[in-house]
Amino acid sequence: MNHDSYPNDYIRDILMGVKTIALVGASQNPARPSWIVTKYLIERDYDVIPVNPGLAGTELLGRKVYGSLAEIPFPIDMVEIFRNSEAASGITDEALRLVPLPKVIWMQLSVRNDEAAARAEAKCIKVVMDRCPKIEFGRLSGEISWQGVNSRMLSAKKPVLSGKGFQKLSLNRPR
Amino acid sequence: MTDRLPGFDTLAIHAGAAPDAATGARATPIYQTTSFVFDDVDHAASLFGLQAFGNIYSRIGNPTCAVLEERVAALEGGTAALAVASGHAAQMLVFHALMQPGDEFVAGTKLYGGSINQFTHSFKNFGWNVVWANPDEPSTFDAAITPKTKAIFIESIANPGGVIVDIKAIAAIAKKHRIPLIVDNTMASPYLIRPFEHGADIIVHSATKFLGGHGNSIGGVIVDGGSFNFAGDDRYPMLSKPRAEYGGMVLGETFGNFGFAIACRVLGLRDLGPALSPFNAFLILTGIETLPLRMQRHSDNALAVATHLAKHDKVAWVSYPGLPDDRYHALAKQYCPQGAGAVFTFGLKDGYEAGVKLVSNLKLFSHLANIGDTRSLVIHPASTTHRQLTDDQKTQAGAGPEVVRLSIGIEDKADLIDDLDQALADA
Repeated sequence: MNHDSYPNDYIRDILMGVKTIALVGASQNPARPSWIVTKYLIERDYDVIPVNPGLAGTELLGRKVYGSLAEIPFPIDMVEIFRNSEAASGITDEALRLVPLPKVIWMQLSVRNDEAAARAEAKCIKVVMDRCPKIEFGRLSGEISWQGVNSRMLSAKKPVLSGKGFQKLSLNRPR
Repeated sequence: MTDRLPGFDTLAIHAGAAPDAATGARATPIYQTTSFVFDDVDHAASLFGLQAFGNIYSRIGNPTCAVLEERVAALEGGTAALAVASGHAAQMLVFHALMQPGDEFVAGTKLYGGSINQFTHSFKNFGWNVVWANPDEPSTFDAAITPKTKAIFIESIANPGGVIVDIKAIAAIAKKHRIPLIVDNTMASPYLIRPFEHGADIIVHSATKFLGGHGNSIGGVIVDGGSFNFAGDDRYPMLSKPRAEYGGMVLGETFGNFGFAIACRVLGLRDLGPALSPFNAFLILTGIETLPLRMQRHSDNALAVATHLAKHDKVAWVSYPGLPDDRYHALAKQYCPQGAGAVFTFGLKDGYEAGVKLVSNLKLFSHLANIGDTRSLVIHPASTTHRQLTDDQKTQAGAGPEVVRLSIGIEDKADLIDDLDQALADA
């Protein structure tokens, strides 16, 4: 995978294929991007498991916070890394020790570690770097266009309401 | 749709405008409503906290206006845009996001007269101080920059018409001083010049002109190029410091490469209020669908008319960069090879009286103070927009007594030339 740009289908398949997301670097502060992304993904029916050693055992947005990936007692589909590029290396290695392995390792906007990505891809794990799942969901569903953002998506097909309200769109849009 | 980047003409029609999610309406619906119901209390809280994408109140965002925003962002190659009530409102919100009282910005002297007024007088009341530089000599921008300078502002094709600015040279100066370059791209439109490709960071438009193109709607657009990193830069506290009104959120960090557009929306538009009417957004959007066709015709007609006038006995000079011997011709070939735009000036050998007569003799050209209409327009600045200035000031502003400004429309060029010939015969 060339990590400078991703095909829309690659990102869409990931976001439609995962359900359980461990979010490493979760925050209790509603002004922080990691809190906002956690809330957004929960509202889009993802099962988000916050991970932060400093908050282990507390609750965040109604979810139990774990101290590390290894402590999560059930399989996870995707590890979302909300730490800096250097720390992403160690977290990737923790993810690679999980049994079963996650299907996806996703590094947040501004986070990129090509060596860690190569180690994950060697184990057939899909990797996304320097992207935000909230922005990508908003872009591919059409929601982000309400904010005047250039989604770089053209379509003559109707966007699909998510069924959970008037102002939520689904990724299930005809292509 | 594959991920291949669509062409400009395709974007002009499709960008931002999928069929309506609720009804399937294919043309963009006019969402003529002040407000939008929330799905539930939690959804409302998410929207107010900038934690979800969606609509609250049409002063802050509206689905019709949003289509216009995405359309112009796509055409300019930007990350996001914000539609506002006028080009002047766009400039006010851009500087509101960048400036604190006491700060300075450097602007080229060759600007729309209304911008010169706004910068010189109204912005002064906010403590935003303009420092002028000469767009024909980029080094004058370098010399004008101080530690208080927060931005550089230029027009791509500059007023009063017939001036092409060396965007790349001025962008290099902005980069050297780590300040954003703002380009007013109204006269060129993204069809002729895309300033982000030449190093601009922010673009403003009077959508009233060529984007709308039909002389029926006032509007403005701000486009974020996504190229200037405001996060962590203390000189731009609106983007780099926690915002108390959003629970301590740092906009430049949370919204990444479209943070500037969001700051203009959630601080400037929300609090200062110059929202665009959805009806105007619809008319401007409809205009943009034919922007590539119109802009080419505007430029082709302008070149034909300028070429004709340059040979006319009663004409002293023509200032149009499309003409091979024009002083800006080399820059025009570099920045806008498809055409040099619709607006230019020319001088009459017989001065002021001839200018007044010409304007009243014309039958197809409308005498009014606008540009970028399908119709051809004419103004004699010395007897109208610049009449309060002394003769010296008029000459300096490119509005001497002999100067006439044309905005060439998309009529048959032979009819435009005939009209000018008959009006000149008796001028």
